[in-house]
Amino acid sequence: MIRIDRLHAHAGSFELRDVSFELPSGLYGVLMGKTGSGKTTLLEAICGLRWIKSGRVWLGEEDVTDWPPARRGIGFVPQEPSLFPHLRVREQLGFALSVRNWSTSEQARRVDEIADWLGLRPLLERPIHGLSGGECQRIALGRALAFQPRVLCLDEPLSALDQETRDAMCELLGSIQKRAGVTVLHITHNATEAGRLADRNFFLRDGRIES
Amino acid sequence: MKRASTNTAPLSSADRRFYAALAVLGGSYGVMVAALLLADLAYTTPGHLWTSLQSSEIRYAIRLSLLSCTLTTLMSLWVAIPLGYLLARRRFPGSVLVDLLVDIPMVLPPLVIGLSLLILFQTAPGRMIERVLPVTYAVPGVILAQFMVSCAFAVRTMRTTFEQMNPRAEQVALTLGCGRAEAFWRVALPAAKRGVLAAATLAWARSLGEFGPILVFAGATRFKTEVLSTTVFLELSVGNLEAAIAVSLLMVMAAVIALLLLRRWGGEPNLGQAGPA
Repeated sequence: MIRIDRLHAHAGSFELRDVSFELPSGLYGVLMGKTGSGKTTLLEAICGLRWIKSGRVWLGEEDVTDWPPARRGIGFVPQEPSLFPHLRVREQLGFALSVRNWSTSEQARRVDEIADWLGLRPLLERPIHGLSGGECQRIALGRALAFQPRVLCLDEPLSALDQETRDAMCELLGSIQKRAGVTVLHITHNATEAGRLADRNFFLRDGRIES
Repeated sequence: MKRASTNTAPLSSADRRFYAALAVLGGSYGVMVAALLLADLAYTTPGHLWTSLQSSEIRYAIRLSLLSCTLTTLMSLWVAIPLGYLLARRRFPGSVLVDLLVDIPMVLPPLVIGLSLLILFQTAPGRMIERVLPVTYAVPGVILAQFMVSCAFAVRTMRTTFEQMNPRAEQVALTLGCGRAEAFWRVALPAAKRGVLAAATLAWARSLGEFGPILVFAGATRFKTEVLSTTVFLELSVGNLEAAIAVSLLMVMAAVIALLLLRRWGGEPNLGQAGPA
């Protein structure tokens, strides 16, 4: 579960004011809003990447407001995949596992599993240069899923993809969410995308949540 | 750094005249540089070059130059990587002042840097250091004089490198379980590899060309503090033009190699700032 309680946060001159909402465990939440409405700021605040002026962030029964991002156990997929340029696909997928000191065999097993889910097997030994936008997004998704996060935050992950790839990714996201049983908060301003994926919809307007 | 793609479309006659005017105006400088190098080459012969480079003084200067430039480069990176990252990623009280201070050695007249070093080592803390490790008019003085200028260029290169890198990848690393330091080591630094190589090459080339601060602070004593740049000065002062040109050509060769490496690694520094002092 994600619960946001009267959250205030700044991004430059922009301010999120008194934002509260709740997304129950295992559901797919879609957060919509115009460009500049504060969607990314909110997602960053949930992930621990942005300083919160006041309010609380709860994950399950835990108040994680003062926790560093590493401790929150949130898988984050930004708008641009932000893959690590020096790592091969296998190392990208295993990055969080390596940080957590999983054994080599456990890492390999989990990476293979994730690669099968996302259709990345043929790419595992490749460097990221020259991969398509859709492939990069699938790798970013796999990298965030590999350590079995309790929450997945997706910041417009499909916005830069062509229609065909976007449709395929939409289907993939829905099936992956069900398979992993993870709670997902997905930002988009594409109503079709929201309609296909959302169990719950939230609208952010001028720094406030409207249901 | 990516270059914009070059336009290779066919040109109209007006376009041709425009580009020809640019080529004439700007190309004259390129012609002048080429003329300088050709004049140096024409003045000497391979035999002269070989004989000059056999002299024990010049061989000592080559060895000391290689040693001091390499040490200077390592010291510059030691400072430039953390400072460049800090300045690129954080605003902190005094960051503007630090930024300004780091740039000062790039704009100060080189002789002033040497003089300032000389004065610094006449103060009480300076004299204390001198009692443990002689610096003034000694090899450590050569390295310190080179470092004071080279480090500024390395810091600027590293800062630009980190500024050009989207911090999102480091933020993702934080959510994947890294602390700040681990995100730096595992993500930012490997991604900045080309910038590090460019900063190292620039620091090395810059310290090879350093002259003013070395002359003032470390002197130009044969078999003691003589490096290639001071060799040119010493050989000229005794009228041995062949040897001066031989060493100059050696430095030109090193500079060209450094520039080729810089281009390869993507660092495109202001070459006006990278020339010998």
